[in-house]
Amino acid sequence: MKTILKAPFFLLGFFVMISCKDNANKEIESGKIDSTTESVSSKDQGQAFLKDDEATPNVLNIAIGSPDHTTLVAAVQAAELENALVNAGPLMVFAPTNEAFNKLPEGTVENLLKPENKDQLAFILKHHVTPGKYDKEFLKKFKTLGQASNENVSVEVIGDDVYIGGAKIIASIPAGNGIVHVVDAVILPKN
Amino acid sequence: MKKIIHIISAFTFLGILLSCGNNSQKGHQKQGALGSNAAEKVYVAPGEYDEYYAFISGGFSGQLSVYGLPSGRLFKVIPVFSQDAEKAWGYNEETKPMLNTSHGFVPWDDAHHPDISQTNGIVDGRWVFINGNNTPRIAKIDLTTFETTEIIEIPNSAGNHSSSFVTENTEYVVAGTRFSVPIPQRDISIKEYKGNFKGSLSFISVDPEDGGMDLKFQIMMPGFDYDLAHPGRGASHGWFFFSTYNTEEASTLMEVNASQNDKDFIAAVNWKKAEEYIKAGKGKMMPTKYAHNVYNDKTHMATSTMKDEVLMLDASELPGLVYLLPTPKSPHGCDVDPSGEYIVGNGKLSANLTIHSFQKMLAAVESQNFDGESYGIPILKFEDVLAGVVDQAGLGPLHTEFDGKGNAYTTFFISSEVVKWKLGTWEVVDRQPCYYSVGHLMIPGGNSREPFGDYVLAMNKITKDRYLPTGPEVTQSAQLYDISGDKMELLLDFPTVGEPHYAAGIRADIVMKNSKKIFKLEENDHPFSVKNEGETKVVREGNVVHVYMSMIRSHFSPDNIEGIKVGDKVYFHVTNLEQDYDVPHGISMIGANTSELLIMPGQTETFLWEPKQVGVWPFYCTDFCSALHQEMQGYVRVSPANSTLPLSWSLGED
Repeated sequence: MKTILKAPFFLLGFFVMISCKDNANKEIESGKIDSTTESVSSKDQGQAFLKDDEATPNVLNIAIGSPDHTTLVAAVQAAELENALVNAGPLMVFAPTNEAFNKLPEGTVENLLKPENKDQLAFILKHHVTPGKYDKEFLKKFKTLGQASNENVSVEVIGDDVYIGGAKIIASIPAGNGIVHVVDAVILPKN
Repeated sequence: MKKIIHIISAFTFLGILLSCGNNSQKGHQKQGALGSNAAEKVYVAPGEYDEYYAFISGGFSGQLSVYGLPSGRLFKVIPVFSQDAEKAWGYNEETKPMLNTSHGFVPWDDAHHPDISQTNGIVDGRWVFINGNNTPRIAKIDLTTFETTEIIEIPNSAGNHSSSFVTENTEYVVAGTRFSVPIPQRDISIKEYKGNFKGSLSFISVDPEDGGMDLKFQIMMPGFDYDLAHPGRGASHGWFFFSTYNTEEASTLMEVNASQNDKDFIAAVNWKKAEEYIKAGKGKMMPTKYAHNVYNDKTHMATSTMKDEVLMLDASELPGLVYLLPTPKSPHGCDVDPSGEYIVGNGKLSANLTIHSFQKMLAAVESQNFDGESYGIPILKFEDVLAGVVDQAGLGPLHTEFDGKGNAYTTFFISSEVVKWKLGTWEVVDRQPCYYSVGHLMIPGGNSREPFGDYVLAMNKITKDRYLPTGPEVTQSAQLYDISGDKMELLLDFPTVGEPHYAAGIRADIVMKNSKKIFKLEENDHPFSVKNEGETKVVREGNVVHVYMSMIRSHFSPDNIEGIKVGDKVYFHVTNLEQDYDVPHGISMIGANTSELLIMPGQTETFLWEPKQVGVWPFYCTDFCSALHQEMQGYVRVSPANSTLPLSWSLGED
């Protein structure tokens, strides 16, 4: 608990000191303001940074706790989407494994993680999120899902398997604020 | 642990001092709450007044709270739809009729959207209207007394959600049904929803003199869900806009089935056309049942009248009455900018905002180039009415308000933020996080032609760790931002009563000058009132006893009563004879199972006591009225049911 309390305060101090240096720049704290889900003041503020040992883990906790999703978590952090993923939702997250990210052409992930590509990264990640909470069996009722990217993804059933935008669901973990479906591929948006 | 925090905080502040030491005052203000004078901006010194009233809905509390802005101080909780023991609302005989409905006495509701009356499109501070969602009702609060003075039930409605919003001159307060239902209600299978279930939009006229409400007409609509609404203003005055979802007309597993269509509609209703149709005799009187409850400030009593018909206009049969504007992804908020030109649809499952143009809509109507129809109502082409899109502005857009300076502010539930964007260019210019999961937001006057534009108040559904914990149920909150500059600045975050569902705000000076201080005793027309102690008495009619009682600092008259019997129904009609500001008295009787009374100067209130035990029972003043408040007490002697002891009453006789 102590360390958790300390960290934001240090960061805050750090922030103020840095930002005061070039006060002339009005947008210093907000950085680029036209990106999607960036928090303006301190980066590590909000529900995502609340410690809670009692409630069922949320979709973000689940991703962070999974050794197979370190790339996804790094991407979520780079895109500063943490606070959206701990929202009341309900949220259905299709979580590509590290292996799924590795299947992308060489250098793709590294490129997306660059600060200048934050918007693009956020868009791709949002393409993996649906407002809703449906288990794999129930998903078979759908033909398409409307994603947080504002684009639709297809739902296909082949045998007992369910494919979302071409990515196969290989495991499902219910979360406090939704459900995480682990998928074997990155779902790429049309745009 | 506290120490650690303090030490760290001290370092933080030291950091600020060191690093900002050589910066200008203006520089400080750009730094957010810590580096700026946020505290100063919300500080209202003792004895000074706030700049704005904020009327914040209590949501599930059923009430309306009155706060001051920018301080966030709570002044009053006005009971509206829920019984309130503190004010005897719904407990005393005078106000019980206010909670009467066609379903009987319904002493609670889910209060959602307050809206302040307007004159020429500007908030005038005469009344606040608010809807009860559950058992459809619209209440009117009089801003001279800050009391609920009228409640009208809405028939043919269920989940009265797209309510209660006023037109530019408060010609109407408008209410739309969230749930479509069989109209008239009948015993049919839920599976027969499509085509058989209907929506209704209700137009309640408001008397410009006394505010009296009257359900003028309803418009029968297709069986969609009508979610939110706002009036046209300026050029679009005469129109009303309603967002819809479930245009699929599903009746089960709505989270899936009501999200199948890529676009639902904003329904544009031409209410001036409706008035023409009514004049031409096109409306049909339809049998129904609804309660209309009115509180009278002179008799200090409410009456409930059951009405049995309503004038209905069928949108499917009357051309030009309604047009449908396709709007993506189950739009929730439906907001109209101060000029009346832009209608903003907040597609709650979308990342985008869709803005329609009123002028383009008129042109599209003119060209008669429709994209089909729904139950005979023309659907306009999306491209024909679209003014612009705010692209990928956040996740889960809900509601938009305006500052009157060309900017709009939209809340995003999932990404938990307020986003500021420009009307006309649709570019995002600022964003600020909300803690957490914001629903509505309110700019004082933000739903009028002339918003005040200094502050925006965000109302949050979830607070988690923001305050000292209070077990599993923690407070909801409101957050105040300064929007007078280019960047929004979070100033204050304060807990609220119930769910701060939505709010309406107005400059304080418009309202406070009309606030009543006392009720004039000579104007008290309550049938059981007394004007002086000489008129106090006790009257028996069979087993019903009426006590005509008065109270003044610091005694009741009478304060000794004998001759009451077990099994009697004793009505205490108590008049506060004071004519001095802020000297209420209260009364409570041992064993009485209705609430205590809190009675304002010049007012009469009544409670019923049915004594069940023989003995001598005390009553006392419950409001700390004076230096001799503890002496303000009395006794009632209760004899057996068969006693022949005659009634007697006295004050100061040994």
